[in-house]
Amino acid sequence: MPLDEAELGRRQARYQEIVKQNKPRPPILRNFLLAFVVGGAICVIGQAVLEFFTARGLTVDEAAGPTLAVMIFLGALATGLGIYDDLGELSGAGAAVPITGFSNTIVAAAMDFKREGYVLGMGSKMFIIAGPVLVFGIVSAVLIGIIRMLAT
Amino acid sequence: MTYILAFLIGGLICGLGQLILDNTTFTPGHMLVLFTVLGAVLGGIGLYEPLIKLAGAGALIPVSGFGSSLVRGVMVESQKLGWVGLLTGVFEFTGLGLAAAVFFGTIIALIFTPRS
Amino acid sequence: MEGKGPLASDFDVILPDLAMGQRTPERAETKILEEACNIALSAANLKPEDLEYMLAGDLLSQIISSSFAARQITAPYLGLYGACSTAAESLILGAMLIDGGFADTVLAATSSHYQTAERQYRYPIELNIQRKVTAQVTVTGASAAILKSQGTGPRITCATVGRVIDLGIKDSSDMGSAMAPAAADTLFWHLSDTNTRPEDYDLVLTGDLGRVGTVMLGEVLKDKGIVLGPNYNDCGLMIFSQDQDVGAGGSGCACSGVVAMGHIYKSMLRGLIKKVLLISTGALFSPLSFQQGETIPGIAHALVIEQA
Repeated sequence: MPLDEAELGRRQARYQEIVKQNKPRPPILRNFLLAFVVGGAICVIGQAVLEFFTARGLTVDEAAGPTLAVMIFLGALATGLGIYDDLGELSGAGAAVPITGFSNTIVAAAMDFKREGYVLGMGSKMFIIAGPVLVFGIVSAVLIGIIRMLAT
Repeated sequence: MTYILAFLIGGLICGLGQLILDNTTFTPGHMLVLFTVLGAVLGGIGLYEPLIKLAGAGALIPVSGFGSSLVRGVMVESQKLGWVGLLTGVFEFTGLGLAAAVFFGTIIALIFTPRS
Repeated sequence: MEGKGPLASDFDVILPDLAMGQRTPERAETKILEEACNIALSAANLKPEDLEYMLAGDLLSQIISSSFAARQITAPYLGLYGACSTAAESLILGAMLIDGGFADTVLAATSSHYQTAERQYRYPIELNIQRKVTAQVTVTGASAAILKSQGTGPRITCATVGRVIDLGIKDSSDMGSAMAPAAADTLFWHLSDTNTRPEDYDLVLTGDLGRVGTVMLGEVLKDKGIVLGPNYNDCGLMIFSQDQDVGAGGSGCACSGVVAMGHIYKSMLRGLIKKVLLISTGALFSPLSFQQGETIPGIAHALVIEQA
């Protein structure tokens, strides 16, 4: 019996309706609050690091770099200790959006792929998740720079 | 006071990310790219700097802060160097973070193995 | 984690950890499968050279866990891929080989491993990813069964090979919904071919539909006029207890494998149940097809296991 395309289309539409009606919804409020609290807490830690540097006479602009470096180190360490993925499971975007999460994507990929070799595994796959952020961030930054130059 | 603002603004940005994950088909990768580009655009029209002034790490630490730093470098350098600055400026303020991530990432990956 | 679930006492070996002392998780999976095969052989008082065929499959690309394990077992080997339905696929083919007179002793085995599956299908292990409510956890384990033409144990009496059914689900974190239509289709044809009803079995058991997929299965079957009673269960729900943090339940080749060949087999030996309809389900997609935006086809194979 050959596949009846029209019949299949009807069955697909009917099934997608069933799935839509019966699919459990994520606990949106709970997820939002957890992301809010954990993300906020990570930023508070960042603020403490920032003020540690500004208290030593750096301006906020100057202190931004070292602060990010410290946070990146903390994220990398938490990943190595196997804590950061649990934090991600708990708080979703709360752990993913801060720079510590960016650091986690790089370390997690590096740890995972080192078994396929240090050069072709770890080295080449380190940016498997963080890469798109760099690509689209850089492309949009350069485009915005061009627009600013043309506009002024 | 800055701590409260850092908590509120940083938390809100992350919460917004979570709403996107729960209500769209975006993967975390898509969401992070979106936030980086949004940060770059807000930086480009001069709205992200005031947010950092206000909330400090609350605006700096989320990945949108990374996007705005990319643009800030491009704008600062292109004013100094012209067209060349468009490209050299990208890593002006983000280079340190990137190098730190690659360096610490490699060290940590050499020491630890995945567990859970 | 499976070792802390409700069925732990029916497993021959509880693994101490995911690494099994191996350098990579892929090696660990091969090791688990080898052990399962060796335990099955010694339980049946057989040596590898007594095996006429070894039928095995797993989830990894080019089914390396099975092929590498077969390197150690040294029996004539046929590699299978039916995603998570491989447990049933191997049993059905083994039973057919014996029934057709081509063999007397067949080993049917399958394995899956949480870390290898995560690495291949999803993200690096330590990445900060929140599991969606519909997502399932790949069961780490291996199952092996010896099929013989004679003997006193439970027998495979009937089988229905399923069709590939794709009703357009694209969400790879919701495999239960992708596979449920295939399970419904196979169950429908099995019941009408054999002229039986779900109540005729002591247990109707699907492979790894999980909490979401079982609901979808019920809805689809409603349209076909079939109602599953209290004798219905799903391996993905049975293997973990409610309070374990496993999303919508278990999945993977080993899910229906270890539940059927561990818990169900032993329950039959104890005489608790006599006639089981096992429907192993599989999602036939690859990371590549998913990224290219293809939908996820499902498959389900059914077999009847009876203890005289």
